[in-house]
Amino acid sequence: MFLQLVANGLVTGSIYAIAAVGVSLVYGILRLVNFAYGDFMAFGALIAFGVNGPLHQSMVVAALAGMAATALLSLVLDAVLWHPLRIRRAGFMSLFLASIGLALVLRQSLLLAAGSAPRSYAVNPYRVFVLGSVRLSEAQLIAIATAAGTIVLVGLFLALTTWGRVLRAMADDRALAAVAGIDVGAATRMAWLISGLLAGLAGVLAALVEYSFDPNFGFQLLLPVFAAVVLGGIGSAYGALLGGLALGLAQEVSTWSGFAGGVNPVYKPVVAFSVLALALLIRPQGFFGQARVG
Amino acid sequence: MSILASGGFWAFVGVVAGIYTILSLGLQVQFGFAGLLNFGQVGFMALGAYTMAILVVKEGWSMWLAAPLGVAAAAVGGLLLGLPTLRLRADYFAIVTIAFSEIIRYVATNETSLTGGTQGTIALGPTGTASQYNGQWAAFQTHLQHSLGFSSADATMLVIVWTVGVVLLTLVWVALRTPWGRVLRAVRDDEDAAASLGKNVFAYKLQALALGAALAGVAGLFYAWEFSFFSPDDFEPLLTFFAWMILLLGGLGRVWAVPVGAVVFGFIFAGTRFLNFAPFTWVASDERAYIRLIIIGLIILVLVVLRPQGLLGNRREMVLE
Repeated sequence: MFLQLVANGLVTGSIYAIAAVGVSLVYGILRLVNFAYGDFMAFGALIAFGVNGPLHQSMVVAALAGMAATALLSLVLDAVLWHPLRIRRAGFMSLFLASIGLALVLRQSLLLAAGSAPRSYAVNPYRVFVLGSVRLSEAQLIAIATAAGTIVLVGLFLALTTWGRVLRAMADDRALAAVAGIDVGAATRMAWLISGLLAGLAGVLAALVEYSFDPNFGFQLLLPVFAAVVLGGIGSAYGALLGGLALGLAQEVSTWSGFAGGVNPVYKPVVAFSVLALALLIRPQGFFGQARVG
Repeated sequence: MSILASGGFWAFVGVVAGIYTILSLGLQVQFGFAGLLNFGQVGFMALGAYTMAILVVKEGWSMWLAAPLGVAAAAVGGLLLGLPTLRLRADYFAIVTIAFSEIIRYVATNETSLTGGTQGTIALGPTGTASQYNGQWAAFQTHLQHSLGFSSADATMLVIVWTVGVVLLTLVWVALRTPWGRVLRAVRDDEDAAASLGKNVFAYKLQALALGAALAGVAGLFYAWEFSFFSPDDFEPLLTFFAWMILLLGGLGRVWAVPVGAVVFGFIFAGTRFLNFAPFTWVASDERAYIRLIIIGLIILVLVVLRPQGLLGNRREMVLE
């Protein structure tokens, strides 16, 4: 039972981790806590549904389409909304409130366009793989494999490529990075591109694992993802990865009966926030965060 | 269009605007005067409403005793939230406050034996009975209606809500002109300078958070009395965002801008129910609810981009950063 919960926790946690890196990358570059990110995830999941359902394409093609569409949406929004706000030197509060307005517009537009009825991808939910005492559905297995691959890729990208170093340098000290000759505009678009791709992927994987989803489901994922970002330290991509995995595991393992009888599963989201609150009491800037932002 | 001509409907819009005035006044104290980015205001509203209803139904308390306790519960909630979180950076604080209000809603949804769960306050009492917390309030309202000689209950509620609203607005306005209010604004403008003058910055922020939370508790009471029933779904984060929109519509750092913002919001919110002309008639009526929220989202976006101090705000006093 315990191993099963760990496996479930890794599935949830790796999806949180992917999404949390997407939120964290954009925050690192733009100081924007993107409240619309959950709805970006729902957008990606719905585009993939359109490609997988009505267009009868494979899940891989559908996922790639969802990711590409979400990345495109992110880039367009940067051009029409975030860029004008940057020109006006909008600060953290303006950006956060604007992202709340955007989240409202986006989610209600999705509801208007796609309807509020739950839907599912054309996959077989009853195919189950047994590994020792752990049973995983096909969707869970796909999610964990894809997420593991993505986490390694993102980690390598940030550590080894020039773009990865540029993004980390900008998250560290934007002014210094600009002085060093980094093209800030290009780096910003790169951050949105990757953040959008990750949002689309996380949305599709979450929809696969939950099996049934509707346009509102992104918002329900948003708060645990935010918790993961804060736990790791806002703006730290590696921190977000670890924060996501840690929260996913904490949520599932807390329901284990060997753990003081176990927490009622309906309180999984509350567990995430309790872990966050405890962690912030010990380390107010998160595990990898900076104490102050200039 | 007959509903537009009915006094009852506009009285209802006015009551809702009054409740939102009190809710947003709390945010104005917290953000406009202390610089706290509270995005969990609706959680305090829920604390006020649920505490009152539970004490009346389960403990058999008089509503007149339970109501102040509801406000106190909201204020204590503010203190408990502030103690561990006020030292956090603004962005962390914003996220943690949303999380706080969602935890309140999760608990209200799942602790059925305490709150009635998803069925709401109707299931507060023993199974099979439809419980009411509103008896004493309804009697008071009827009594007042007769003494005032009003013909409708809606008009009476309108007078009560706005009387309380104006009293609270005046109290806050006066409080901000005392030495306490001046220090609060100093903390907002330059925390380090205020601290260097020996002011206890943390205590001032904590007091502002608790005061704003208490105001949200009052808003929660009126919400409960106006609708005679509520459930956890009534306290979604959306309400907090409406309150923020009112703050922006009115203007930051100005007490009397809050009711103006709330009335404008009331008209927008009620007015968008009547989108019964092209191109809105192309979509089904239940889908127009989505359009209404899209419009509200767009207004928030336009305000943030074009007028970050709010419609009536003073740029020199405060601007969104």
